[in-house]
Amino acid sequence: MSRNDEKPMGIGAKSLNMLKKIEMDKYGPFLALLVLFVVSAFASPYFLRLRNLTNILRQVSYTGIIGLGMTFVIISGGIDLSVGSMLALVGGIGIMLLNYLGGGAGAIVAVFFASILVGALAGAMNGFAITKGRVAPFIVTLGTMSIFRSLTLFISNAGEFRSQSSLYPSLGMGYFLGLPNPVWIFLLLTALFHVVLYHTRFGRYVCAVGSNERVAVYAAIKSTWIKFYTYVILGATVGISAVLLSSRLNSISSTNAGAGYELDAIAAVIIGGTSLSGGSGSIIGTMIGALILGIVNNMLNMLGVSPYLQGTVKGIVIIGAVLIQRKGRRLF
Amino acid sequence: MPDPLVKTVHLAKEFSGVRVLNNINTEIEQGEIFGIIGENGAGKSTLIKLLNGTYIPTEGEIFFEGNRVHLNTAVAKNLGISTIPQEFNLVNDLNVYENIFLGREYRRPGGLLDHRRMKHRAKELLEALKADVCPTMKIQTCSVAEKQMVEIAKAVAYNSKLLIMDEPTTVLTPIEIGILFDLIHRLREDGVTIIYISHKLKEVRQVCDRVMVLRDGEFISLDKASDIDEHEMANKMVGRELEQIFPPKPIPADDLVMRVENLSVPGLLYDISFELHKGEILGFAGLGGSGRTELAETIIGIRKKSAGTIFINGRKRSIKSPSDAIANHIAYLPEDRQGTGVLVDFSVTNNVTLGSLKKYARVLINHRKEVAQTRKYVKEFDIRTPSLRTKLRYLSGGNQQKVSLAKSLDSQPEIFIFDEPTRGIDINAKMHIFSFVHDLVESGISCIFISSELEEIIGVCNRVIVMREGRIAGNLTGSDINEEEIMQRATGVKQGVAA
Repeated sequence: MSRNDEKPMGIGAKSLNMLKKIEMDKYGPFLALLVLFVVSAFASPYFLRLRNLTNILRQVSYTGIIGLGMTFVIISGGIDLSVGSMLALVGGIGIMLLNYLGGGAGAIVAVFFASILVGALAGAMNGFAITKGRVAPFIVTLGTMSIFRSLTLFISNAGEFRSQSSLYPSLGMGYFLGLPNPVWIFLLLTALFHVVLYHTRFGRYVCAVGSNERVAVYAAIKSTWIKFYTYVILGATVGISAVLLSSRLNSISSTNAGAGYELDAIAAVIIGGTSLSGGSGSIIGTMIGALILGIVNNMLNMLGVSPYLQGTVKGIVIIGAVLIQRKGRRLF
Repeated sequence: MPDPLVKTVHLAKEFSGVRVLNNINTEIEQGEIFGIIGENGAGKSTLIKLLNGTYIPTEGEIFFEGNRVHLNTAVAKNLGISTIPQEFNLVNDLNVYENIFLGREYRRPGGLLDHRRMKHRAKELLEALKADVCPTMKIQTCSVAEKQMVEIAKAVAYNSKLLIMDEPTTVLTPIEIGILFDLIHRLREDGVTIIYISHKLKEVRQVCDRVMVLRDGEFISLDKASDIDEHEMANKMVGRELEQIFPPKPIPADDLVMRVENLSVPGLLYDISFELHKGEILGFAGLGGSGRTELAETIIGIRKKSAGTIFINGRKRSIKSPSDAIANHIAYLPEDRQGTGVLVDFSVTNNVTLGSLKKYARVLINHRKEVAQTRKYVKEFDIRTPSLRTKLRYLSGGNQQKVSLAKSLDSQPEIFIFDEPTRGIDINAKMHIFSFVHDLVESGISCIFISSELEEIIGVCNRVIVMREGRIAGNLTGSDINEEEIMQRATGVKQGVAA
């Protein structure tokens, strides 16, 4: 039916309803986090221990950082399934480089930036195939998911990339002002990306392209470049996550590293209120989404739920989050 | 006298306490063509949604063939009430007959689809409508007019007694409109009652038996179409005497602003050359598919041209993308408002600055500046919106169009291309747009004005280029700008470019 013709509501009622809706969209994930936090605090006496809380924060950082990049991709109307495999590949290359460079402090810094670069490059490959090749993001990244993993396995002969640096773990294991280093990076990136999404042209254009690409093109927005860059940014976040993970373990397993990360990253984005159909979303929401997933995992562990069942709970949380958001929308 | 087909008593509808339709008492006779007119927000859509069961009335009763009915969409369908919406409900990937029988397919014993029978019946239906549409054609490949025929065939297949048409002619060419009107009259002869909603008063007068006017949810009048002229209709809709609809035409300067030479796009445009003067309003008339929108899209770099040059202020310019167009101070107001004009999920502010965001951002966007500029436009164009943060989805068509205008204007163009700027908006908003165009050219901006409404072209433009099948079929000035001259060239009755 016509949407642009007559709207059945008076202006006063309209704005009131819209207010409610905005609030729900904006604060829904935050409220869920709050409730979960309080429930967890009562459910287990160990939950509120500082050590446990910092552990949760650290655990969610790796997929959370990727989720931040994924938020841009999903808002622009895309998806990236290759991030888990990409992480293994970038991490593996990083460790090879580290060993080659001798494993000193300078080498670690070099590896940090090189990994971002390699990740960005891998993301650029995805972006290129998607924008220039005009292949659906799902297909392209399904393909590269397989390619990246296979290359990692091939290079390491299905074994492990092991770092020979004794200094390297201090990056991933270390603390700064009482918080683990990965957590700091996660928080800093959250702040940075939040600013990029809401306060820069690029962020606005990402939303415009995801909302309606044709309108964006007519408004002189170079939509193919915008989409391309979202994959490059995501690749860069994968690079950062790869360094943090490999420096914590001082190794990268070619078979396990990053396995399932794509799902956790996408889940964080969706739980955070970003719609899979694109157009709008929230970086802070993604951070909250990652935290929700982390707390749920933590609680299940503490309550002694079989690890085999944790996937079920995670799945229910994801579907439930979307259902609640959908409901919230339909009520008004 | 038989019972009226539809009778409403004290019909009213509220949304969250706001009354959008109040105390409608009317009778629609069997087999009449009943027109409903009113501005955007007058309650037309609400009324038809009450009649087709989409909404449940807050108050009042609906009688159908003399019986009190409680409508929902299923009941309405069973009673034979069908609606042909403004935007069609057809599945693009299915073909014509599959769409006609969607949801009530003929089946063979055993449950498999009986394609042969459906095709056969679809062919019968379409033939009865004298519609030249092949039942096995994919909807994707149908023209808008053909899609509408399919919608009508769908309605007829349901044995409709009441057919509600919401703005059926907005997307049709004059010839297609003629075919539609014949069809409407044939349907009436078959005993189908038709509710006809349109912004085009002339058509309403031409096709309807009686015309009801709504304003702000209230019943205003019900007249025989022969007793009321367009001027009276417009006055009743607006509730006050309308001043002259078209502002006076400013006189353009002699300076050449843009020259297009031998522009071609294979299969769409052939050898298009024209000039645009400073402060001129150059009209482009023609039938749907004559290449006017394609020409605009080629000028702003969305389509690739195979040949031709564009000169701006005497200099040859290469425009390969919309950002090149903006760099050359060319703005385009797209024809398809929601498809290419505005982002319905973006706020008013974010829409206005979408194409000109550079002005508001070094590294970070200066939100305050954005809002201030938008507020200026909202005031200047009288954009009715609860707030600047309201998503465009919640604005009426006319207000969306004004936002689209503000967006195009914000890139500070010297050449402004309007493509069907008044499509689907009410008379008040139309007048706003005409006066906006007038103010633009007064300030020295040159305009290209594409429209399928001849009245508008004639009322607004200094000069008119008529297009037909991708070619220029006439270049009219002065007293040559009249309906007959334009139509003859647009349809190819009269050929050659007049001096």
